[in-house]
Amino acid sequence: MNTKVLSGIVLDEETVLSLGDLCNACSRHAEWVVELVDEGILQPVGRNQDQWRFPGTSLQRAHTAMRLQQDLEINLAGVALALDLMDEIESLRALVCRLE
Amino acid sequence: MDFKDYYTIMGVERDATQDEIKRAYRKLARKYHPDVSKESDAETRFKEVGEAYEVLKDPEKRAAYDQLGANWKAGQDFNPPPDWDAGFEFSGGGYTGGDASAYSDFFESLFGREFRSARPGGERHGFQARGEDHHAKILVEIEDAFRGAERRITLQAPEVDASGHVVTRKHTLNVKIPKGVRQGQKIRLSGQGAPGFGGGPAGDLYLEIEFEPHSIYRAEGRDLYLDLPVAPWEAALGATVKTPTPGGLIDLKIPAGMSGGKKMRLKGRGIPGKPAGDIYVTPQITVPKATTDKARELYQKLEQELAFNPRSKLGV
Repeated sequence: MNTKVLSGIVLDEETVLSLGDLCNACSRHAEWVVELVDEGILQPVGRNQDQWRFPGTSLQRAHTAMRLQQDLEINLAGVALALDLMDEIESLRALVCRLE
Repeated sequence: MDFKDYYTIMGVERDATQDEIKRAYRKLARKYHPDVSKESDAETRFKEVGEAYEVLKDPEKRAAYDQLGANWKAGQDFNPPPDWDAGFEFSGGGYTGGDASAYSDFFESLFGREFRSARPGGERHGFQARGEDHHAKILVEIEDAFRGAERRITLQAPEVDASGHVVTRKHTLNVKIPKGVRQGQKIRLSGQGAPGFGGGPAGDLYLEIEFEPHSIYRAEGRDLYLDLPVAPWEAALGATVKTPTPGGLIDLKIPAGMSGGKKMRLKGRGIPGKPAGDIYVTPQITVPKATTDKARELYQKLEQELAFNPRSKLGV
């Protein structure tokens, strides 16, 4: 049995993922990730696709987008709207938590 | 195995039209989608609804399910009658959206396990390819995020064997839980996903952090919330009380005249990071019970000497 202790990378705002990393982790083609960028769901840094660098938190967002798209049959514009509203709800909930 | 009443799960009549079933599904899927819903059993309900829809939306599967009869009750012990599906043709239209591996034993006994392995990308011969990335959720203690920890985890990894069948392999790993991780964050372990094909590199394994429910704290991002019981005299007169934090006990100063339910912030004492989280302490005024003569006497004295009306703001 493998007893070696593995250290991973935490995907936070400071880690970066390439377009290829995201495609592999979502098992999707690059075209799909490009659509997410076009809809403003993901915001990479870098001018050209091969230079794109995504913050680590993008993976979580891409996965949520994928599930919403598949399970609720929403198009990507709808997914983008849902994600924005979910972000807003989350920050309002956090605020309520602190103020309550 | 328990019988599942897919019509009840979907909240539709047995003679519902395909359109009614679709509308019911859309509504329930939005209500219970785990990314959207805050219901505690959202994930279970969502899978149940997905499974019911998988059967009822497909006229072939629905007809086969219907001929089991309407007399079955949900939860009743069920074994499919022999040849129950004789005379039905399944085109194996596959699972459009849902995660087929999440379907129940009941579903599998009717529609078979082979659906499970009917996933795209099964045929991979004679070329080199990177292995698939795998994803798993792991439960850790809030304290692990505070100090960092090592955890031994065992995951069930699906793998395609030599004959092309999907088998489950146990995958045990020792993983370092980095200090400062938060609920919902992912950790990437390079090369720990599915093996590559034809000498290609292995995929990565992504672990999603989930905190075990804690008896004292509740985590929101890097912030922790805790309810701290205080005695009425501590709240009224002020006091310094011992308060647990994941970093150890601290002395917390309760100001005189503290009203219950008002939060106090311990800056930077939450989950470490840049910036570190805070701990929000909510004092809960806890009233001693008047179970002895002495206690009763003290309460009576308070009543007589304080002239306190807790309902003055209500005008009574």
